[in-house]
Amino acid sequence: MAETTTEQDPRLETFSREQLHDFLRQMLLFRRFEEKAEESYAIGKIGGFCHLHIGQEAVALGFIGPLRDDDYVISAYREHTQALAKGLEPGPVMAELYGRRSGVSGGKGGSMHLFDRDLRFMGGHGIVGAQTALATGMGWAIHYRGGDQVCVCFMGDAAVNQGAFHESLNMAAIWKLPVIFVVENNEYGMGTAFSRVSAVPVLEKGEGYGIPTHSVDGQDILETWRFTEELVAKVREGAGPQYVEARTYRFKGHSMSDPVSGTYRSKEEVKERTKEQDPITLLRNRLLEAELLTQDELEEMDERVRAQVDEAADFADDAPFPPEEDLYRDVYAETNEHGRLFLDGRDR
Amino acid sequence: MPQITYREALNQALAEEMERDESVFLMGEEVAEYDGAYKVSKGLLDRFGDRRVVDSPISELGFAGLGVGAAMTGLRPVIEFMTFNFSILALDQVINSAAKLYYMSGGQFSIPMVFRGPTGAALQLSAQHSQACETWYVHSPGIKLVTPGTPADAKGLLKAAIRDDDPVAFMEGELLYNLKGEVPDPDDGDFVIPLGVADVKREGSHVSIITHGKMVHVALQAANQLAKDGVEAEVVDLRSLRPLDVEAILRSVHKTNRAVYLEEGWPYAGIGAQIVATIQEEAFDYLDAPVLRVTQADVPMPYAKNLEKLAKPDAKRVVAACNRVLYRD
Repeated sequence: MAETTTEQDPRLETFSREQLHDFLRQMLLFRRFEEKAEESYAIGKIGGFCHLHIGQEAVALGFIGPLRDDDYVISAYREHTQALAKGLEPGPVMAELYGRRSGVSGGKGGSMHLFDRDLRFMGGHGIVGAQTALATGMGWAIHYRGGDQVCVCFMGDAAVNQGAFHESLNMAAIWKLPVIFVVENNEYGMGTAFSRVSAVPVLEKGEGYGIPTHSVDGQDILETWRFTEELVAKVREGAGPQYVEARTYRFKGHSMSDPVSGTYRSKEEVKERTKEQDPITLLRNRLLEAELLTQDELEEMDERVRAQVDEAADFADDAPFPPEEDLYRDVYAETNEHGRLFLDGRDR
Repeated sequence: MPQITYREALNQALAEEMERDESVFLMGEEVAEYDGAYKVSKGLLDRFGDRRVVDSPISELGFAGLGVGAAMTGLRPVIEFMTFNFSILALDQVINSAAKLYYMSGGQFSIPMVFRGPTGAALQLSAQHSQACETWYVHSPGIKLVTPGTPADAKGLLKAAIRDDDPVAFMEGELLYNLKGEVPDPDDGDFVIPLGVADVKREGSHVSIITHGKMVHVALQAANQLAKDGVEAEVVDLRSLRPLDVEAILRSVHKTNRAVYLEEGWPYAGIGAQIVATIQEEAFDYLDAPVLRVTQADVPMPYAKNLEKLAKPDAKRVVAACNRVLYRD
């Protein structure tokens, strides 16, 4: 066991037992989903790039769970679990990874481009840091319409060296836009340690714009959840943009085609960190120790989650590939009335 | 019909569309308090307030992306680039976000927005401020590209672009802003020109000069000179490059059997390359001569007046190209 505290965490009492179980269940779902994706990738059912979020589940859940349905969430390409946290169904998300028509983006986006307009899951973006500008636009739209929604924008630590990030923080600050920029600091941008590509820590990268900055333990769901609840309430009341560093760790390689450890981080480091800082193990142990969860309940929960993930994989397996006519569909939203809009494959 | 400038025509289009639709807003550098670097947005701040006419920091990538994000929620941003030269900084958001989001989200997120500003060279602004950016935009499926050459086209096409549900790059001409022309009176009803319809600016039967944007005027000059020589050139103004009025191009080529493409940009993989490919694929049998192109020289724009003049396409070169396809040289 990672933790051997004898005193019960006082924060546990501030959550209901159902809520705590739900935290565990959802994080287990995220974990099993990603493990299934890993398995499916290995046997060729998923292609391209596939970036797993294993180890970072408490960030996704903690920063999305407390939101309202009409709040916006946008992310980069390590976004499977964030999509699930925003309410996307595991089946259609897996089907998207499998490149099927029933996928959340119709099989056109893949692992890096999950979208759901109705659930306000705004993607799934593949260019590091680019989503920060889009998030600023969503914050602008909320402000423009006089709403009290917020936009939560996830990025990896590497994004804070991009120009788009700095331009976005500045604009969000001058117009006091309701955007919460969440940097998932997992310490590595692909295979490069953050400390090698920045002279200052992640938190300081958000300074200089007149935006409050915060740093939270991203492995502790009780912390990320409660922190988000309080922060979102302030932002709804007009506190303006916020910059949050969620300290976390990537348990797997950058993508499925990259090594977990090697030249850039040691096997020992990964072993130690995954043992000490697994957000699921941390919560599970706390609940077991506090007798808020029994071993039987845990096993049953895991079984249910595994069944749910198997069902998602079956759904994806059974889903049809996009028909060939989909190749030329949805390039433009408008029906073209005049002229030739694009070379749509018709013989001329 | 009232005579107004190209600048006033754009201003009218913006004001009318902002009046008509609350979801339209204008953002860019100097667009509000300064009335626009080229005064296109003059008076709009007073009329619509700082929520809808917004001065941005000099952050082209950032505010282009902001526009895309706002459009994802259904707003209709008009993002002004002081010139399209500066939009090169924003191309990631234009191409990777605006142009692709509808497709890669499986048709969930349309991007109803306009990127607008002047493209091409003015006078002695040298390399970084004098380039035609059409190719960089038109290359990517998912985006539309409009290039009005007259005040009436500027107004009618901008209104259509703002109402369009897809991202539209709307490229104006720095040297056109003071150009006067007839534009229908706003009191006579909504004046909208659909995208994708070319306009024959001059009828002729001997050779087609096909062009877009500011070069329309160079083409007309060339046609007038040719006319003195008994050659009747037809000037086809494409007005939009995506959608492209291929029928209009083919109609003209069927009639004249000879064509010259005139553009302000570079020749290498330029707009003309696409037009020439289209003509040879779809009207090869009608051609009596190879299609020629008149473009900027394939060099960065030089500063020195004499070199700049050499680098730019002009009527003399168009006349020479027409004479070549007519085998008159």
